[in-house]
Amino acid sequence: MAGHSNYVPQSAAAKWLESRLPVISLVRGSFVDFPTPKNLNYWWTFGGILFFMLISQIITGIVLVMHYTPSTAAAFDSVEHIMRDVNFGWLLRYMHSNGASLFFIAVYIHIFRGLYYGSYKAPREISWILGVVIFLIMMGTAFMGYVLPWGQMSFWGATVITNLFSAIPVVGEAVRTWLWGGFAVDNPTLNRFFSLHYLLPFMIFGVVLLHVWAFHTTGNNNPTGVQPKSNQDTLPFHPYYTIKDLFAIVVFMILFAYFVFYVPNYMGHPDNYIEANPLVTPAHIVPEWYFLPFYAILRAVPDKLGGVLAMFGAIAVLFILPWLDTSKVRSGVYRPLFKQFFWIFAINALALGYLGAMPAEGIYVILSRICTVYYFAHFLVILPLLGFLEKPLPIPASISDAVLASGAGKPAAAVAAPQSK
Amino acid sequence: MAHTHSAEPTRRDFLYLATGAMGVVGAGAVAWPFIDQMNPDASALALASIEVDVSAVEVGQSITVKWRGKPVFIRHRTEKEIEEAKAVPISALPDKLARNSNLPDTAEATDTNRAAEGKEPWLVMVGICTHLGCVPIGDAGDFGGWFCPCHGSHYDTAGRIRVGPAPENLLVPPYAFVDDAKITIG
Repeated sequence: MAGHSNYVPQSAAAKWLESRLPVISLVRGSFVDFPTPKNLNYWWTFGGILFFMLISQIITGIVLVMHYTPSTAAAFDSVEHIMRDVNFGWLLRYMHSNGASLFFIAVYIHIFRGLYYGSYKAPREISWILGVVIFLIMMGTAFMGYVLPWGQMSFWGATVITNLFSAIPVVGEAVRTWLWGGFAVDNPTLNRFFSLHYLLPFMIFGVVLLHVWAFHTTGNNNPTGVQPKSNQDTLPFHPYYTIKDLFAIVVFMILFAYFVFYVPNYMGHPDNYIEANPLVTPAHIVPEWYFLPFYAILRAVPDKLGGVLAMFGAIAVLFILPWLDTSKVRSGVYRPLFKQFFWIFAINALALGYLGAMPAEGIYVILSRICTVYYFAHFLVILPLLGFLEKPLPIPASISDAVLASGAGKPAAAVAAPQSK
Repeated sequence: MAHTHSAEPTRRDFLYLATGAMGVVGAGAVAWPFIDQMNPDASALALASIEVDVSAVEVGQSITVKWRGKPVFIRHRTEKEIEEAKAVPISALPDKLARNSNLPDTAEATDTNRAAEGKEPWLVMVGICTHLGCVPIGDAGDFGGWFCPCHGSHYDTAGRIRVGPAPENLLVPPYAFVDDAKITIG
């Protein structure tokens, strides 16, 4: 952080500010001079992409609130009013709704990057745990945001998810009534979800700062998993990674723009354009796509409390992941067996997503159960055992060694110290 | 206290604990209004009871009415439905309790205990799946009763859970026949 900068204020104004609040050296130490491993690949740009998406969601959200009405009588119409009457309302709402999906696409890639390269392992356990906390708050924020348009999927999604809490023994019913503020999802529920939906992104912002602080204290992980050993292994964050991240953000914005301008409803559900009706459940209710794997786990267990526990357990297991992986080698690059299980796990997660979208009957139920068991087995059986059974490949002595080995043919000096050019 | 090495607790220890305990009680007292404001308010608690005219509901028909923001199914069952429900032994039911608000909590889930008192063709239930709160579809499912499309719970012709993730039979709300054609719910 601040300690990474050798910034010395020059101007009188900078000296005056630095001696009272050392904010310039804090920013320089964190985002300008910060020594970053020189071998970060494009999978590492998703942190920057996520920060961009968070800011985009906050800005579009703040302006949408200027036109939205949080009441069961007016919410649905006010969203249509935004779409039809408000200047650029259609753009702002589509940016916000598709932004949520793109946010989750980026966060899943970011999580899987961490899983592959062992970013959760010592000494980065706290960064990882804070990341899971962010993921949880994101899920809460997205869920409550989806309720606000007050369509059929909003209403029944809210009903099913709040009913999950009634599975808690003894106090479940009371908790559910407390969440609803009544005896069904109704106006009090909508109002409190609106309040919390506005609050939570700022909490995400706060936890993001802690997340960054934590991995700036330990240093970034990198594709080799080997800690930087000298200045030869790192580059200053600016301009090397500011530009790389910015480039990735621009590419990601192309994808974002494709959804917003060409298929804005592709990731939504048509039933949410029908106003909420407490007397009729749509024939096939599904949550938003980013919840489908967890929804599949919920439905795989033929018991109410068991299903709820399995679903929350699927996320809870991520908190203890740093202590479940027993391998001494951090990066999956040097773990031949882990690499294969990683991809099986990724396919299994996608399969759960697919099964979550299918009706809860026949073969889908059986497949969901197999995939659910595998999901937990990956964390609770495979990862602990792999550390003992696997013979890892030799890891490079340093990041520079790994870069030079893969950069054969190029002038060695250019690869070794690009910042001196 | 760890920082004092005297064998006897001192006046300071007592003050320390008493202050801390008072602080906890105070913090709890301040927190409670902020928590309790989310519970149902007076207008939601004003228990509305409704009166429903069922004279037009023929045998084999159902109507859905709204009570306390929830759907209530009122079904005029056929002979066949009643017989099917009666034929099921209690031991074959996942939930063996009647879940009838008009009967003691321990009443068994027999067809008589589920149906209206003295009017076995009539079945009145809150139309909310006991799994996660969806509204089941009538005349559907493997048992000719109700089927919840959300997660696949099947209810029989007496509204009892037979197969699926729902833990309980559909709830029978407090209600009574005022006369042959009128029901009050609530």
